[in-house]
Amino acid sequence: MTHTRARSRAPAAFTALPLGMLALFVWLAATGGGTRVVGLPFGAEALGFALSFRLDGLSILFGMLISAIGVLVYVYAASYLAGRDDQARFFGWLSLFMLAMIGIVTAENLIALFIFWELTSLASWFLIGMDHERSEARGAALQALLVTAGGGLAMLAGFVMLGSMAGSFELSAIQQQGDAIRAHAHYLPVLLLVAAGAFTKSAQVPFHFWLPSAMEAPAPVSAYLHSATMVKAGVFLLARLLSVLGGTPQWVALLGVAGAVTMITGAVLAVLASDIKKILAYSTVSALGSLVLLIGIGSPAAVYAAVVFLFAHALYKAALFMAGGIIDHETGVRDVERLSGLRRSMPLTAAAAILGALSLVSFGPVLSFAGKEMVVLAVAGVGAGWSTLLQGLVYTTSMLLATAAALVVFRPLFGPPDPSVRGHDPSPAMWLPPLLLGASGVVLGLIPYGITRVLLAPAAAAIHPGASRLHVSLWHGVNLPLIMAAVATAAGVVLFLTRSAWRRAAGALAAISRFGPEAAWNALLRGAVSYAGWQTRVLQNGYLRSYLLFIIVTMVLLVVTAAGDGIRFRFAINDTQFHEIFFSAVIVAGALVAVRSRSRLGSVAALGAVGYSVALLYILFSAPDLAMTQFLIETLTVILFVLVIYRLPRYAILTPPAERRRDIALCALTGVVIAGLVLAAAHEAADPSLARFYGANSLEKAHGRNIVNVILVDFRALDTLGEITVVGVAAIGVLALLRLRPTAAGRRS
Amino acid sequence: MSSLILRTAARFLIPLLVLFSFYTLFRGHNQPGGGFAGGLLAATAFALYIFAWDAAAARRALVVDPCVLIGTGLMLALVAGLLPMVGGREFLTGIWAKLPLSEQSGFAVGTPVLFDVGVYLVIVGSSLLIITSLTGEEEERH
Repeated sequence: MTHTRARSRAPAAFTALPLGMLALFVWLAATGGGTRVVGLPFGAEALGFALSFRLDGLSILFGMLISAIGVLVYVYAASYLAGRDDQARFFGWLSLFMLAMIGIVTAENLIALFIFWELTSLASWFLIGMDHERSEARGAALQALLVTAGGGLAMLAGFVMLGSMAGSFELSAIQQQGDAIRAHAHYLPVLLLVAAGAFTKSAQVPFHFWLPSAMEAPAPVSAYLHSATMVKAGVFLLARLLSVLGGTPQWVALLGVAGAVTMITGAVLAVLASDIKKILAYSTVSALGSLVLLIGIGSPAAVYAAVVFLFAHALYKAALFMAGGIIDHETGVRDVERLSGLRRSMPLTAAAAILGALSLVSFGPVLSFAGKEMVVLAVAGVGAGWSTLLQGLVYTTSMLLATAAALVVFRPLFGPPDPSVRGHDPSPAMWLPPLLLGASGVVLGLIPYGITRVLLAPAAAAIHPGASRLHVSLWHGVNLPLIMAAVATAAGVVLFLTRSAWRRAAGALAAISRFGPEAAWNALLRGAVSYAGWQTRVLQNGYLRSYLLFIIVTMVLLVVTAAGDGIRFRFAINDTQFHEIFFSAVIVAGALVAVRSRSRLGSVAALGAVGYSVALLYILFSAPDLAMTQFLIETLTVILFVLVIYRLPRYAILTPPAERRRDIALCALTGVVIAGLVLAAAHEAADPSLARFYGANSLEKAHGRNIVNVILVDFRALDTLGEITVVGVAAIGVLALLRLRPTAAGRRS
Repeated sequence: MSSLILRTAARFLIPLLVLFSFYTLFRGHNQPGGGFAGGLLAATAFALYIFAWDAAAARRALVVDPCVLIGTGLMLALVAGLLPMVGGREFLTGIWAKLPLSEQSGFAVGTPVLFDVGVYLVIVGSSLLIITSLTGEEEERH
């Protein structure tokens, strides 16, 4: 009883988190104005990493979207997932995602931004893979993670270069150096690397394929991460860096081409799909493409359009995903051609979906219509020839998205009810969020003034210093853009009505996807896996002698390459005492006996003699700490040998003569190389300042007379900490190897 | 291996060896020795125990699991590193305090000593873990 109650209460408690964040951003927006930077006393200043946050128009706009849609998604998800026993896990990851996302949009430090960025990829991985029993969900989760986190690594490299150019990872410092960075010789690599991060996250062609696959996630996740917020992180990053990297021909070309291609590709793929969520996902890809195109253009008009369109898209796409999720949840069907007449049985869901679709069509009294007109205005401002092409693309996209909207909404909701597929409106917790979001698109379209002043205008001004006069309005009178939009919408409707004619023909085109970027990606992954398998079979084949062989050969090659231009050493025997020669002779004799001995015990004893003699040499050359440790190690080694020696088979020569000759040659070579190395090291005069420093400061600063020990536990304690960790891990590895052996049945063949 | 001479000698040798290992550990800061050497000495003492009796008896005599020793040692070293950070200094900065014994002399204690104790425990634990793993399987075979 308590268990179920705790379970039903958990989501409500989680909702407090986005609510609190929403309150914070409302307060920030109300008191806002200008840019505020808040630093927290954490981080690693020596590495240029600080946990500092920036609050300006752009971050407040995004923060508001994330937290407000977050509240609705949390409420929706609590009902959507009702009865599942992994809800706590779901809301945990969702909350991690939300906080990381807010981290991205408020980060002032680029390294902090990167960390939040990868955290959202990680949360997305867990959330796409919620139904981890299904292999499709696991595959989609992994694909999304590898694509976005891989792009994130490229972005990190770009950030590091950017940071070294500007001398700081703080955005404000970098923004001041914009001119110098754009003129820098490494500007293009930085641009490409940062764009790789943004393009993978925001699903730009050719990295767009992960987003439709990510539709394996539950509907709340698709609505929140994969339409409203996370996929916009790339657009956000590009907007953030517009004042740093933007405006150059390379920027305009790269973002313009990627954005335009993505915009049209997404729209085409959307009308070819028949799964509700896939249609919506491809239309999201298309929207992200237009946003990247706008940021690429980078003029004040384009920035206005980007801000308005981004805001409107987040609202209506989340509404559509939630409504689509309800249809899927209630009927169990996602194929639009199999759904019909649902408007009668689920009128409230239908209302939410129709409001959302109106915004997707972007025609009529909705905010996205205002946004679409601004997009047209922005692309019209581009240089002569391009502007016509881009306007054509924008209208074509409009037409295709109108078709997609009709596919997603008109097809399932209207027409005669299908008795085999029924559904009912769920609880208000599920239909209210999409209805609110859908309605807000209309309300804000009709009364855009408040939202423009409080959220949109400050955001545009934060992206582009020249974009300070944003004006949003639905009605500009009957003009060419209005007529063109009407024509595009009508054409979209015609396309929808005639779909049976062209969709089959277009279906044949789907064969092309076998050669698309997703296929290339999968081939790359398969290649990586089989290469790793081959490498493991060759390098880690389980034979100790092979490991030794590889290690020795690698070491010899490295040393020989490093000493390519010859090494200098002086070989002279002078002031040598008799006992020194004696111990050296013992060492040589011991080594010879160890090699020649016919019994293992004999070899061990001979090696022990070698070790003790080396320790005695340490004493002769006044290194008592080394000698002491060496004695103890030798003793323990002998003990270990004694423990295992009875369990080893008798000595036998199993390797063929050719292999033995190879080994002998290799060992001789190694000996020569090591001897040369030691002689060269002795020849190079060591830097005496180090010894002097330790000598002077050992007692003074570290309260110890034994310099060796002081170095170990104080001056170089970090090294020692690493070493003892390795020792501990190695011991546990030995335990695992010896004790946790696979049973005979489970042993690999 | 059950030898009366070895067992009798071990009874006297082992406490002495363990004591000596402590001595080596703590004198290490000023004279040859330290956590590494001390840890190896203690491990040798327990290896002697294994020869005189057997691995199971040695494990009983050790009371704690070698894995616990490794973990405790690493924790101590880490704590020794983190303590200075409380006072706003860098990770692993040595901080010292002098306990006055008389007017002239004092006993200095500091985080490096704690660190060295950590090293000692890790070395004892690791060596014993390896030794007991090797002997443990020997018992299972018979």
